[in-house]
Amino acid sequence: MSSAHESVQTFTPREFHRQAHDALGNPQIRANFRRAMDGLMAKRRDVFSDWDLETLRELGANIRLRALAKLPDLLERLEANCQANGIQVHWAENGDEACRIIRGICERHEAKAVIKGKSMVSEEMHLNAHLEEAGIEALESDLGEYLVQLNEQTPSHIIMPAIHLNTDEISKILHDRTGTERTRDVDIMTAAARAQLRERFMAADVGISGVNFAVAETGTLCLVENEGNGRMTTAVPPVHIAVTGIEKVVEQLRDVPPLYALLTRSATGQHVTTYFNMISSPRKSGEHDGPQEVHLVLVDSGRSNIYQDDELLDTLRCIRCGACMNHCPVYTRVGGHTYGTTYPGPIGSILMPHMMGLEETKDLPTASSLCGACGEVCPVKIPIPDLLVRLRRESVGEGRGNVPGAGVKRTKTEVAAWKGFQWLATHPAAWRSGMALAGKLQALMPSRLGPWTEYRTAPKPAKVSLHALVKRHQANKADENEETR
Amino acid sequence: MTSVKLYPPKPEKVYLFGTCLIDLFYPQAGLDAIRLLEREGIEVLYPQDQTCCGQPAYTSGYHDEARAVAAAQLDLFSEPWPIVVPSGSCGGMMRIHYPQLFAGTDRETLAGEVAGRIYELTEFLVHVCHLRLEDQGPSERVAMHTSCSARREMGLAETGPALLARMGQVELAEQARAAECCGFGGTFAVRHPEVSAAMVEDKTQAIAATGATRFVTSDCGCLMNIAGRFEQQDKAIKGEHIASYLWRRTS
Repeated sequence: MSSAHESVQTFTPREFHRQAHDALGNPQIRANFRRAMDGLMAKRRDVFSDWDLETLRELGANIRLRALAKLPDLLERLEANCQANGIQVHWAENGDEACRIIRGICERHEAKAVIKGKSMVSEEMHLNAHLEEAGIEALESDLGEYLVQLNEQTPSHIIMPAIHLNTDEISKILHDRTGTERTRDVDIMTAAARAQLRERFMAADVGISGVNFAVAETGTLCLVENEGNGRMTTAVPPVHIAVTGIEKVVEQLRDVPPLYALLTRSATGQHVTTYFNMISSPRKSGEHDGPQEVHLVLVDSGRSNIYQDDELLDTLRCIRCGACMNHCPVYTRVGGHTYGTTYPGPIGSILMPHMMGLEETKDLPTASSLCGACGEVCPVKIPIPDLLVRLRRESVGEGRGNVPGAGVKRTKTEVAAWKGFQWLATHPAAWRSGMALAGKLQALMPSRLGPWTEYRTAPKPAKVSLHALVKRHQANKADENEETR
Repeated sequence: MTSVKLYPPKPEKVYLFGTCLIDLFYPQAGLDAIRLLEREGIEVLYPQDQTCCGQPAYTSGYHDEARAVAAAQLDLFSEPWPIVVPSGSCGGMMRIHYPQLFAGTDRETLAGEVAGRIYELTEFLVHVCHLRLEDQGPSERVAMHTSCSARREMGLAETGPALLARMGQVELAEQARAAECCGFGGTFAVRHPEVSAAMVEDKTQAIAATGATRFVTSDCGCLMNIAGRFEQQDKAIKGEHIASYLWRRTS
């Protein structure tokens, strides 16, 4: 069994192959992901069983498409309505700028301790490390994030950050890092973490959360969660900072219920989550609780670049449910860390190249058999397989060139190979001769064909190609017809 | 994923697009597909100038090359007959991706017209031929692997099993995670060999666990992958294209 602490290691998309090799050879990782993904797939299937899923997905896709079509306008309206509600709005071009803004707010309040609700955008910009450098301690309060942080890891899934760990590993982490008694009883562990976190909520100077939907028409920030840590983070400390990507905006309040219904069912197979928070302002006079200040930090980090491309734009529909990874046969086998990116799995493979460039992430768009499971379950109908192919085009320099690092995989050898394929497949006589020749040379075929034959036998070219078989078949039939006449 | 398709009455003639994998490795499956169609009274036209649908270049990102190859195929089907493809993968390429590939070019209309005539073999046999089968083979349990392209891209999860259900002596073995990819994925198997291997290993285990001694599939990519894995492990489980399986047991 793998020790939990051994896993203090860094992952990078450049090392996808090596990391995949390691994960595939780790029975614990394999079993943890398989079991978890099987469970999540079954729960999603059950919870949608009495819904007209296709109609709901169509609705979800249209809501997101409408929001994206009006994105610049909606962001302005969001800003204006948030400000009218007393929420201070900040714009950040990239993660570093967002970190500086957040640090600035913390420093203005002389904050030493920050409590965090779950936020993948904060992971994207490595906010915790940035705050630590400034002497500000950031503690994760989502149970999964808390475990991952205790174990000095990063999330392996966008919804369930500690899904790579099993009960025993979690028990060991809690024991080693917090002195919690060694147990397999999940209730005892949860209660221990709850007690540990409760004190920290009370002592925190600032709470930082993400946002699931930012409603432009009302200036409302919606936060979907199950543990109540989101509500504590956004309600207990005197200052609340919400940080999110610019694509999270929706136009109207009535857009939220369908997206929420799709999100919870697609993510965890729940009809509703335990908590659904709608944050519309700081504490008003006469109110007894809530933060005195609420800030919204809107982060671009490559998103407006994606927005410029009418095909890649679909990437921004995502509502971060994680269903694509739950159903991905590659993710299920290699796990989230193998991708080496904040967002793993299919959505990560179409999003991270924009954030990190194709040079870093060139193995991600190819890490898919294009089986289509991700696109089939996506609640907002993102054509993920098509976007993976689009990024492959960009990688080999046959796209529109507007993804950073476009053309990085173009090699003379590979171009020559595909040009050769093109020549052969557009010269039918040569093709037929080639097929015939392959059949004749059948016995000379090598029994080893690179990686293919490490796991499978080599396919043997048939002695007679279909082209030739059909000719023979048609001649025989003509003869038969002759005879019967 | 797929829109509702209205099926035409059984035509006098069809084209067969045999696919490059069948041409090179499994020609018998192509011939058996032709025989099944001919038995239904349909004349099968096989343009000798056909090569490959272009999918390997397409999914690798080489769309200029894929377009050139696809363009050469577009010219082969000038009469208005349906085009039957014994593969969900190549069928999906031609039905779904040809229109995308030629969008905005002078061949856009032709690509759309050809795409509208593409039928995967089992789809055509079920929905157009309303095929009846008189099974003469021995009683047998068989597993079926429907390719991801047939299942998701073309929306044909049911047509293969529906044909097997018409075989009196054949029992379709229920398989764990039947909808999961076998790990072939064209160049994926070569670019990510270890991940692909883990996937095909699970697929062969799921098929073996059914107790079936044979599996059928309507895609030769999956066949090459799954059967190749069984063979390397010296397992007695054999794979066969569904066209061959149906023809062999009913002729």
